[in-house]
Amino acid sequence: MSLPLSIPLWLPAAAAFLGLFLPGVASRVLVILGALGTLAWSIWAILDFERSAKGLQDVTDQVWIKQLGIHYKLGVDGLNLFLIALAAFIFLACLVWAAMKEWENASLFFFFLGVAESAVLGALMAQDLALFVLFFDLMLLPFLFLAGIWGPEATRVAAITKLFIYTLVGSLLMLAAAIATGVLVAQHSGNDISFAFSDLAKTPLPKGSQEWIFLCFAAAFLVKMPAFPFHGWMPDGYRNMPLPVLAVFSAVLSKVAAYGFLRVVLPIFPDASAHFQDLMLVLGLGSILYGSAMAFTTSEARLVLGYSSIAQLGFIVLGIFALNGDGAQGAILQAVNHGLVVAPAFVIVAYLAERTHGSEDIRDMGGIAFRAPVLATLFLIVTFANLAMPGSSNFAGEFLILLGVFHSKLVIAAIAFTGVGLAAVYSLRLFIRTMHNRVGAEVVSRDISFREGLVLVPLVAVIVALAFVPQFALKKGAPSIDRAVGKAQLITQPEITAVK
Amino acid sequence: MVLAAISKPTIDWAGVSPIIALLGGSIVVLLAGLLRGRFIREQLVPFLTVVAFGATIGLGIWQWDEAKDLFVAKGSQGALRLDDLTLMITFIVAVTGIGAVLLSWRALAPREAAHGEYFALMLTSAAGMVILAAAQNLVTVFLGLELLSVPLYVLCATEMRRERSLESGLKYLIIGSVGSATFLYGLAFIYGGTGATDFRDIATSISGGAAHDSLLLTGIALTLVGLAFKASVAPFHQWTPDVYEGAPTPVTAWMAVATKAAAFGGLLRIMDVALIDAHADWAPAVAALAAVTIVVGNVGALSQSSLKRLLAWSSVAQAGYLLAGVVGASKLGVQATVFYLSIYLFMNIAAFAVIIARERETPFGDDLRAVAGIGTSRPLLAWPLTLAMLSLAGMPATAGFIGKFTLIDAASSAGYTWLGIVIVIGSMISLAYYLKVVAAIWMRPAAVAAEVTTTADGSPRLAGADPAAERADWEVTLVAVLAGAAIVVFGVIPSPLLNLAADAGKSLGLF
Repeated sequence: MSLPLSIPLWLPAAAAFLGLFLPGVASRVLVILGALGTLAWSIWAILDFERSAKGLQDVTDQVWIKQLGIHYKLGVDGLNLFLIALAAFIFLACLVWAAMKEWENASLFFFFLGVAESAVLGALMAQDLALFVLFFDLMLLPFLFLAGIWGPEATRVAAITKLFIYTLVGSLLMLAAAIATGVLVAQHSGNDISFAFSDLAKTPLPKGSQEWIFLCFAAAFLVKMPAFPFHGWMPDGYRNMPLPVLAVFSAVLSKVAAYGFLRVVLPIFPDASAHFQDLMLVLGLGSILYGSAMAFTTSEARLVLGYSSIAQLGFIVLGIFALNGDGAQGAILQAVNHGLVVAPAFVIVAYLAERTHGSEDIRDMGGIAFRAPVLATLFLIVTFANLAMPGSSNFAGEFLILLGVFHSKLVIAAIAFTGVGLAAVYSLRLFIRTMHNRVGAEVVSRDISFREGLVLVPLVAVIVALAFVPQFALKKGAPSIDRAVGKAQLITQPEITAVK
Repeated sequence: MVLAAISKPTIDWAGVSPIIALLGGSIVVLLAGLLRGRFIREQLVPFLTVVAFGATIGLGIWQWDEAKDLFVAKGSQGALRLDDLTLMITFIVAVTGIGAVLLSWRALAPREAAHGEYFALMLTSAAGMVILAAAQNLVTVFLGLELLSVPLYVLCATEMRRERSLESGLKYLIIGSVGSATFLYGLAFIYGGTGATDFRDIATSISGGAAHDSLLLTGIALTLVGLAFKASVAPFHQWTPDVYEGAPTPVTAWMAVATKAAAFGGLLRIMDVALIDAHADWAPAVAALAAVTIVVGNVGALSQSSLKRLLAWSSVAQAGYLLAGVVGASKLGVQATVFYLSIYLFMNIAAFAVIIARERETPFGDDLRAVAGIGTSRPLLAWPLTLAMLSLAGMPATAGFIGKFTLIDAASSAGYTWLGIVIVIGSMISLAYYLKVVAAIWMRPAAVAAEVTTTADGSPRLAGADPAAERADWEVTLVAVLAGAAIVVFGVIPSPLLNLAADAGKSLGLF
C-alpha cells in the first residue's frame, strides 16, 4: 500500500496554517510535527522504494485545470527520492533549530517556513511542467517574507528586492518558455495541450525552438543555484537572512534548480542540451574557480559558505552536463551531500557567532576549539566532508562527477580537478581561522550545550552515516538517473547505447 | 395618414432584463434619494443599489447560455447581442458594482453629491458598460460608450469641495471626449468603407473584398484609438494617473475595473465579429500597442509613492497584458481576456478597499506611508493588499498567475510567443513596485502621524484623506477580505471561472 503523495506534500503547510491560529509555542510544536511526519514518510518511501526499478511510483495524477492542460501530477522515482528526503530532513532540523530561538511574531515565522517546505517538496515531486514552474516560483515567496521581516532592519528591504527580482527574472522567463513548450508540443503532435512531463517528452521539438527554450530554463536554474556569473544577489541575500532560514535556503533551494536540469531540461530538450553542453560545462567550471577563490578571500563566515556553495554547485553542473550516467549520478549524490554539509555548517556559524558576541567575521574568531572539543570535532567532520576527504560521501560524489566529465570532455575534467584542491584550501581555512590560532579578543569559548547538540549532532550523524554507505543512495537512483540523461547522451555519444 | 413607416423592433424582454434592472434601478434609486429621511438616503439608497446589481446578476444567470439578438428591427440584425460574453462582462460589472457600493456606503463623495444622484449615476454607467459589451451595431456601440462615460465624468468630481476631485472630473471629461470623438470618427469611417452598421454585415462586406479599403483601415485605426483611451492603453493613457488619483477612491475602484471590463468587452466584439476578416491588418497593430503599453505602464509605476497613482500605472500595464488576449482573435484569446478581467476585479477591489480603509484610519491619504507597518497592526487589511500585489505581479498560488498563464498561452498559440515574453519582462519590472508595497506593509515600521497633519500651504492633510473621522468601517474590511480570499481561491481552483470564461470565448464563433 502507499500513501497519496499529497499527504506528505501538504502536511507541513497545513500544520503551519493551523499554527497561525495558535499561540507561539503550540504553533512551533505543530509545524515541527508536520515536518516530522513528512520526514517519516520520506524514510519509509526510501525503504519501500526497491519494489520496482522502472518509472514513477506513488503517482497521483489528476487533471487540475482542464482548459489549460495542467495536471496535478506527482510522483517519486530515483531522481527525486533522495532530494525529497534531504529537503524533509533539513527543514525539520532547521525548524527545530529555529524553535529554540525567540522570534517576534513567531507563529507567522513558522507559517512561512512550513509553506516553504511544502513548496520545495512540490517542486521536487511535480511531474507536470506547469506545476513544477508554479512550485518553483512559489518556493521563493516565503523566503521573501522570512528575510524581509526577520532580517536586519537597515538593509533587508533592498536586499530582498534584489534577491527577488534577480531570481524571478529567470523564473518568469522559464514560465514563458514552459508555456511555449506546451503550446509547441501540442501543435507538433496534434494532441490537446498537456504539460505532463510524460506527454512533453514524447514529441521532440525542432532544434531551433529547443535552443531558446533551453536558454530560458537555464537562466532560471543558474540564477537560483546560483552559478557564476548569475550570483549577483547572493552576498546581499545571504547577509540578510536569519541563519536558520539561510541554512534551509542554501541547503535545499539550490538543489531544486540542479534537479530541474535533470528532470525537465535533459529529457525534454535533449538536442539543445547537447548543443549547449560546452557552454554549460564552462559555466560550471567558472563557478568552481570563482566560488573557490572568493571563499578563500572573504572573511564573513556565512559568505565563505555561500561562495563554497557556488563552487559545489559548479561541480553539480559539471556532473549534469557530462551527459552520461556517471556524471548525473554523481551530481545527484553531490546535491544531497552538499545539502547535508552546508546546513550543519550554518548551524556551526551561528554557534560560533554566539561565542564571539555576535560577530560572524572570521577575523574576530579563533581558538574556539580550546574549550569546545565536541564542537570542534563536529566541525571537523563537516569540514572534511566539505573538502571531499576520501572516505566521505562527498568524495564519492565528486569522483563520479569527474569520472563522468573525464569520459566526455577531458580538458574540462583536468581543470576541474584543481577545484577539488581548492575546496580543501577554503574549508580548512575556515576551520583553522575559527577553531585554532590565537584566541580572538571577544571570544568566550564554551562547548555546545545539550540544546545546541540536539540540532547539530543528528545533522553530522547523517553525514557520517552516508560516508559509510554512499552506494545506498546511488543504487536506488541509478536507473531513473540514467533514463533522465539517456536521450541527451545518445546525441553526444551515439556510439554508446544510452540506457544500460 | 401614415407619417412614416417605423418598423417597431421585436424586443426580447427576457434578454433585455439585466439592462432593465440596471436602468430601472437607477431611476428607483434616484427617486428614493429625494426622500427626506436620513436613514433612507444613507442606508436604503445604497441598499437598493446593491439590490439592483444583485438583480442584474440573477437575471444574467437566468439568461446564461442563451445566444440571441435583441431589438431586431426589419432589415437589421439587432442592436444588442445577449450571449455569454455579454453576460460575463455583466457579472464583472455587477460584482464590482456591489463592491463599489459597499466602499462608497459611508464615504464622503455620496454625502457631498447627494446619495440618490451618486448611486443612480453608478447604475447608469453600469448600464452603459453592459450595452457597450453587448452592442453589435456601430450606433449602439457609441451609445454604450457615452452612457458609460458621462456618468463617470460626474462621479469623478463628486467630492465637490476638493480641488483634485474636480480637476479629475474635468480632465476625464476633456480627454474622454477626445477619445469618444476619435471613436465616433472611426465608426464613421468603417461605415463609409463597408456601407453597414451591423457587425455581421460589416464582416460580410470585409470578406467580400473591402478589406484593403483605405477608408476601412483608417476607421479601424481610429476605433482602436478610441477604445484605447477608455481602456488606458498606451500611448493614450496619460489621463489615467491623474484621474485615478483625483477621483474619490470608491469611484476609482469602480472605474478601474468596470470600465476596463466594458471597454475590452466592446473591443473583443468589434474586433472579433465585425473586423474578424481584417485580422491580418489589425493584429500586428494591437500586438505593438500591447508591447508598448506593458513597458510604459510598468516603467511609469516604478517611481510612484501614491498608491492610487501606482495602481493607475499598473492598470495601464494590465491593459497591455489583456491586449495579448485580443491579438490572436481566437477562442482561447477571448477566454484568457475574460478570465483575466474577472480576476482583475478581485485584485483591484482588494487593493482599493485597503486604500479606502487606510484613508479613513490615517492622515496619509493614499500615500505609501498609510500602509506602512500594517502587517502587525491590521493583518486583515495587510493580507488582502499583499495578495492583491502578488497577484497583480503574477505570483503563483494567486489568481494572477493563472491569469498570466492563460494570456501567455493564448498569445503563443496565436503565434505571438514574443508577446508572451514581453508580458513576463513586464512582470519582472512590475515586481519592483509591487514589492515596494509589500515591503511597506510587512517590513517597515508604521509612519508617525504627527508630521503630516498639514501641508506647506496650510491645507489639512493629504489628498483623499477623509477629514470626517478616523475610523475603521467593517464593510470595507469585509470587501477587502472577500476579494483577497477570492484571489487565493481562484489561484488554486481556477477551473470554474475558466469554464465560464471558456463559454464566453465560444460565444463569438471563433476558432
